[in-house]
Amino acid sequence: MSEVLEAALRLIVVFAAFLTLPLLVGQLEHKVMAHMQSRMGPMYAGGFHGWAQLVADGVKFAQKEEVVPAAADRTVFRLAPALALIPYFVAMVAIPIGPGLVGRDIDAGIFFVLAVMGVGVIGTLMAGWASANKYSLLGAVRQVSQLMAYELPFVLAAASVAMAAGSLGFTDIVDAWEPWWLIWQLPAAVVFFVAGLAELNRPPFDMPVADAEIIFGPYTEYTGLRFALFLLAEYAGIVLLCFLTSVLFLGGWHGPFVDSWVWTFAKAGVLAFVVVWLRVSYPRMRADQLQKLAWQILIPVALAQLLLTGVVTVAW
Amino acid sequence: MDGGYSGNYAVVAVAVALGAAFVLAGVVANRLLRPHVPTAEKYTTYECGLDPVGDGWAQTHIRYYVFAYLYVIFAVDAVYLFPWATILDTDGYGLVTLVEMVVFIGFLATGIGYAWRRGVLRWV
Repeated sequence: MSEVLEAALRLIVVFAAFLTLPLLVGQLEHKVMAHMQSRMGPMYAGGFHGWAQLVADGVKFAQKEEVVPAAADRTVFRLAPALALIPYFVAMVAIPIGPGLVGRDIDAGIFFVLAVMGVGVIGTLMAGWASANKYSLLGAVRQVSQLMAYELPFVLAAASVAMAAGSLGFTDIVDAWEPWWLIWQLPAAVVFFVAGLAELNRPPFDMPVADAEIIFGPYTEYTGLRFALFLLAEYAGIVLLCFLTSVLFLGGWHGPFVDSWVWTFAKAGVLAFVVVWLRVSYPRMRADQLQKLAWQILIPVALAQLLLTGVVTVAW
Repeated sequence: MDGGYSGNYAVVAVAVALGAAFVLAGVVANRLLRPHVPTAEKYTTYECGLDPVGDGWAQTHIRYYVFAYLYVIFAVDAVYLFPWATILDTDGYGLVTLVEMVVFIGFLATGIGYAWRRGVLRWV
């Protein structure tokens, strides 16, 4: 019985993190972007530097009228946000933040998380198709092309670190990790993070939702709560990518002085800052540039890294 | 907490249910809180304020279908990497396994090199 209770408690903690961390990243984005662009960002809601802005946004979204276009495929249209959001929560369950601090330590951890993350894109595709809107359809088609290009380097880079550690479990990988991996696995880490950003449609890879060309891509027709769920999915995706990168490539809870979950959070926090920083710094990439980056740079680099990892692992 | 296979995936199933319950609760709360004022204009397809022209489900030429083929080939190959990655370091595998893998990655690299030279990696 206590086993079931413990499992339930762990799930609830992960669920709480799933609801709060994306808001923290969102607030970080508001404020960091604002200061990088010499403005203040939200200052009113909640008093102190507008800390409650996203809570207020959530309350607003929950009260908004729902509009499903008459031409849309109603059922698919209304299901899509759930399909986009739930996989990120399920993936989060498997990611450890400290020794023993994990929703559930799944033995084939990397494989599980990569597979589940891939499902989230189906939600976007459903949204784009079911909207019966030209912008949405274009956005969905762009999304698919981007996914096909970037899923591959993403998976290959993750395979490199699994090979180095000789395990697919996150805890085993972090246990096997040593500081010199930072140099040895650096190409894989960069490829993984860049490809992850592209899968999440974060700028500079935000062509599927390019607001200046196709309004908001697959989400154009969405309003109110369902729109908010898509936004939550995007930020949950950032949280997931940052924790995944820090656990796989940056040593997770290993750090100077003492091993602690604080290090995992610190590393993920820095990565989240980098995500925002990239958004402010780089213009959107075109379709041909996106494909070129994936197929002619990231995939060859990832393949070379696999080779290097294999040779070093056997020779060591 | 036992790390059994069925136990792990029971937790996963509960997680999926929890996520679904969250979405459902949000949707129900939204239904109770929101106004409902339907007008015909509100339900037309959005096309920058103009009346929509034609059908939203227009035919488009998916020019990147070659990339799709490439992706399927590579993705299936990449799946084989993972089981291989876990046993590389164990006794009795080592060098021979590595050479096999080099051949395997060599095939992948040749494939992408060929596609590159044929110019299919260029966006049309």
